[in-house]
Amino acid sequence: MFKKIILKTLAVYFLSIGFIQAAESGGMPQLDPEFWFSQIFWLIITFGILYLVLSKLILPKISDNLETRKSQVLENLELSEKQRNESEAKLKEFDNIILKSKIDAKNIFNESRQKLLEDINNKRVKLEEEIDKEIKTVEAEIEELKKKSPERINKIAIEISSDLIEQLIGANVNNSSITAIVTDIANKNKTL
Amino acid sequence: MAANPMTQFNVYRIGPEIKVGEIDISFTNASLFMVISTIAILFIFNFGAKKNSIIPTKLQLLGELSYSFISKMISDTAGSKAKPYFSFIFSLFMFVLFCNMLGMIPYTFTVTSHIIVTFVLAAFIFIGVTIIGFIKHGLGYLKLFVPSGVPMVLLPLIVVIEIISYLSRPISLSVRLFANMMAGHTMMKVFGSFVVSLGIVGGWLPLSFSVALTGLEILVAFLQAYVFAILTCIYLNDALNLHH
Repeated sequence: MFKKIILKTLAVYFLSIGFIQAAESGGMPQLDPEFWFSQIFWLIITFGILYLVLSKLILPKISDNLETRKSQVLENLELSEKQRNESEAKLKEFDNIILKSKIDAKNIFNESRQKLLEDINNKRVKLEEEIDKEIKTVEAEIEELKKKSPERINKIAIEISSDLIEQLIGANVNNSSITAIVTDIANKNKTL
Repeated sequence: MAANPMTQFNVYRIGPEIKVGEIDISFTNASLFMVISTIAILFIFNFGAKKNSIIPTKLQLLGELSYSFISKMISDTAGSKAKPYFSFIFSLFMFVLFCNMLGMIPYTFTVTSHIIVTFVLAAFIFIGVTIIGFIKHGLGYLKLFVPSGVPMVLLPLIVVIEIISYLSRPISLSVRLFANMMAGHTMMKVFGSFVVSLGIVGGWLPLSFSVALTGLEILVAFLQAYVFAILTCIYLNDALNLHH
């Protein structure tokens, strides 16, 4: 009895004309209270289950997922920043090494060039000395030869002339006279 | 029978009649679609929450986007104090949305097109919000009906208006959703029956209208769920942060 009163007052509360029409011709099934309690009951059951499962099981998991994603992204960003700094430091180191090695190479090049130049100079000096020596000895020899050559020429001239005389006249001429003549001529040539 | 656009809202028993005392709580087609909605929501979000990859899968993305969408809606309208009620508003939004959307499939039943369902939801929200308000602020919650900066002469009138508007909240909340869903579905049924009655010659106009209406109704289905949830947030905001 009490239930019926509630139902009727609720129905009037919503739309009294509609309710009367529904009762008369079945116009709006929404206002037919036959299944109202069934709908309320099943609404409470389904919505209750939905709320419980969502709030206790599913939503915390989604929230966790979002949190872990957030933290992981932050972590990754930090890590990448760190690695970038490291790589920059390495790059600097590498540059330094290259610079250093360039300087080293220049030094080595300069040193070896100097050494080579010194070596060449030394060798040239030595060679020049040797050449000078050789030239001097040769000059001395030439000088000697020059000194000795008139005597020899005289001798040869004497011999040749004695031979010529012998063949021309057929008699032996005194060697000493020939010598005297030759030396005389030679002396004349010298003065010339 | 099929020509009557209201028959789609008929509730009928599926299976045996179940009675507790005098109350009939039989399983009906409405109950069936409540169960289907619940299972669909739980299914989708369960699979959306199961995997935890940095690059989300499609279902995971759906779950996470819904989560952040609703949490942003709550924090925008009701502030950070409303965080404990996140699960409830999430369930509410999803339940209404899925009931609305499932109703868009032909030959299904729209749970939210029944005033009793929306009224129970709205009444629950209304009572809950009122209780929260009184717990948080005690009798100070009654200051809600006394806006600041109102001349003393007008105050009695304003208070009465405020009380009426506060008490009409569950009705406006429930009737908005119910009326939108019912009107939309009735319109679609009416235009659908026009297509049949006008035949192949004249039926093209109502058919194209029907197609356009389907798009509109999907929009309305989402929008009404959103409005339902955001109004709940606003009521909650009133109860949590008493501004007046």
